[in-house]
Amino acid sequence: MSSKVIHALYDDDDVLLKAVKEVKAAHHHIEEIYTPFPVHGLDKAMGLEPTRLGITAFMYGLTGLGFAVWFLNFIMIQDWPQNIGGKPSFSFAENMPAFVPVMFEMTVFFAAHLMVITFYMRSKIWPFREAENPDPRTTDDHFLMEVAVDGDADQLASLLKGTGAVEINVKEKH
Amino acid sequence: MYTFSSRLKTTAIAFMIIGALGIAYGFITAPSTIEDLKEQMLHAEDGHGAATASHDAVAANHDTDAGHANEEHTKEALHTANDGAAHGDEDAHGVSEEEHLQHSLDQAKNRPWAAIYIAMLFFLLLSVCAFVYYCIQRASTAGWSPVLFRVMEGVSAYIVPGSIIVLVFLIASSVGHANHMFAWMYTSVDPTAANYDYAMETKGWWLNIPFWLIRAVIYVLIWIGFKHFIIKNSRLQDEATDLKHYNKNFTLSVVFLVVFLVTELFMAFDWLMAIDHHWFSQLYSFYVFASMFVSGITVITFVTIYLRAKGFLPNVNDYHIHDLGKYMFAFSIFWTYLFFAQFMLQWYANIPEETAYFYPRLIGNYQPLFIGMIVMNFAFPILVLMNSDYKKVPWFVVIAGLVILAGHYLDLFLMVSPGTVGNDWHFGLPEMGGILFFAGLFIYVVFNALTKAPLHPKGNPLIKESEIFHH
Repeated sequence: MSSKVIHALYDDDDVLLKAVKEVKAAHHHIEEIYTPFPVHGLDKAMGLEPTRLGITAFMYGLTGLGFAVWFLNFIMIQDWPQNIGGKPSFSFAENMPAFVPVMFEMTVFFAAHLMVITFYMRSKIWPFREAENPDPRTTDDHFLMEVAVDGDADQLASLLKGTGAVEINVKEKH
Repeated sequence: MYTFSSRLKTTAIAFMIIGALGIAYGFITAPSTIEDLKEQMLHAEDGHGAATASHDAVAANHDTDAGHANEEHTKEALHTANDGAAHGDEDAHGVSEEEHLQHSLDQAKNRPWAAIYIAMLFFLLLSVCAFVYYCIQRASTAGWSPVLFRVMEGVSAYIVPGSIIVLVFLIASSVGHANHMFAWMYTSVDPTAANYDYAMETKGWWLNIPFWLIRAVIYVLIWIGFKHFIIKNSRLQDEATDLKHYNKNFTLSVVFLVVFLVTELFMAFDWLMAIDHHWFSQLYSFYVFASMFVSGITVITFVTIYLRAKGFLPNVNDYHIHDLGKYMFAFSIFWTYLFFAQFMLQWYANIPEETAYFYPRLIGNYQPLFIGMIVMNFAFPILVLMNSDYKKVPWFVVIAGLVILAGHYLDLFLMVSPGTVGNDWHFGLPEMGGILFFAGLFIYVVFNALTKAPLHPKGNPLIKESEIFHH
């Protein structure tokens, strides 16, 4: 099934932000917006749900922390007991402060790397994937709003023109 | 204009009166002679257990013809380490029972003094740090915070009475010989003297009473001076037509931040680290600063939430509270970082004169406080204040803030107590009296200062940005 979409291009992020609010107010569905850089407040204006990436990051961090605890307990206490700081207690609980830097680093390492991987997977970005970007100018200095046409395309086009779009293209989307 | 409600005023005065009673109780019940001390120790034995028992065990070691056996030697060494305030010449083998009792008596006499010293420093330093926070806002020309400026100015009003009280205390402790809190004052650089202290041969040029007092006066004058001029300019800006006062305050704030860090660096050495004068840590001042800075921000948050609830701050919205909550969160972690950097390096480097400082705190009688402090200052804020929605709920922020404040009071308690009152610590009426008295005085001074100027600094060029501030 194919449907019509309008690509409206803007050359300023403030104009874009204002246009998004007007288009939303006129009850049109914004499919996607392509921007060369993150625009502050755009997600709120589009009515997107808040990201859950933070929750995954917290869980990845806990995983990293858990791994570090197991790992240090195994190498420093069980497998080859070490005298740490002249305090040979051979107990994980008593030596824990000495392991804090490693636990911290592992937490950060797991959280950061797994979060980036999650982000790539969620955004469907992986090696050799072709860009979905409809217009290469959105990687330079233009902002592109993709609006689904529901009814009269000309009326929507004139609405978009009125919001300050610098260029309007009607496209078939497959 | 804010008017000091009579209910709050009564509360503040009630705090001061109850606090003063607690402090007086502390001074009256402190032992004045060795006989008093012995009697108290006898009573204490029935009452509360472990702390006194271990104390007596060490005392018993003195009786048994001191330390030939290795075991006794170790215990004795630990005892010296535990005291913190240990005098350099105190050879483990040569301490008679009488000297030991004299030492315990000094510590017991120190208790009411330490109790008020901790509380007075806590409120003074958090008010200085609140002022530093204010200057950071000015120096960075922050746009979100000008609606809170008058609150911060109010909190920094306590700097004047607070510093005077601390100065009086320092003079009483040094020139007045009122207490034995600063052990370095009772040492000598003469190798033949009974109170000879090797450390003072190199530290004496810095740690001597006249220079120490002069420095204290300099720190305090600098803080009061900058506070006076910056707040004066801030008031003048309200009615001004140009930005002259605003720009002047920018320069003053930048200079103050530099000068403050230098004075704070030496202040922490002089007033706190010198209590354990054999021990040293270069990180210490920043650690003290982090502790008091987060307390200062917490108090700013409290006053803001209180005034907003009373309807005096119509321009403060949830996002301002959210940002203050973020600072509480961030600086709790900053504190933890500095605390841990100091603790771990010294504890695991295992150099005797460094680990001796942490022995009573981590392993000795202060252990519950030490662990409790880390939970309150790190684990609790990080878990409670992590979620951004919670930071917009005032009562939630207040609960987190109360724990943070209590935690940082404990932190200061742990800096002062082991070196002054020694192993046999208590948290009772004198300590609570100290907190209540200075809390009452603080509330009185701060809210009284808040009535002096309109709570909305309308002359600030960034005020509009602050009013419409949102995320």
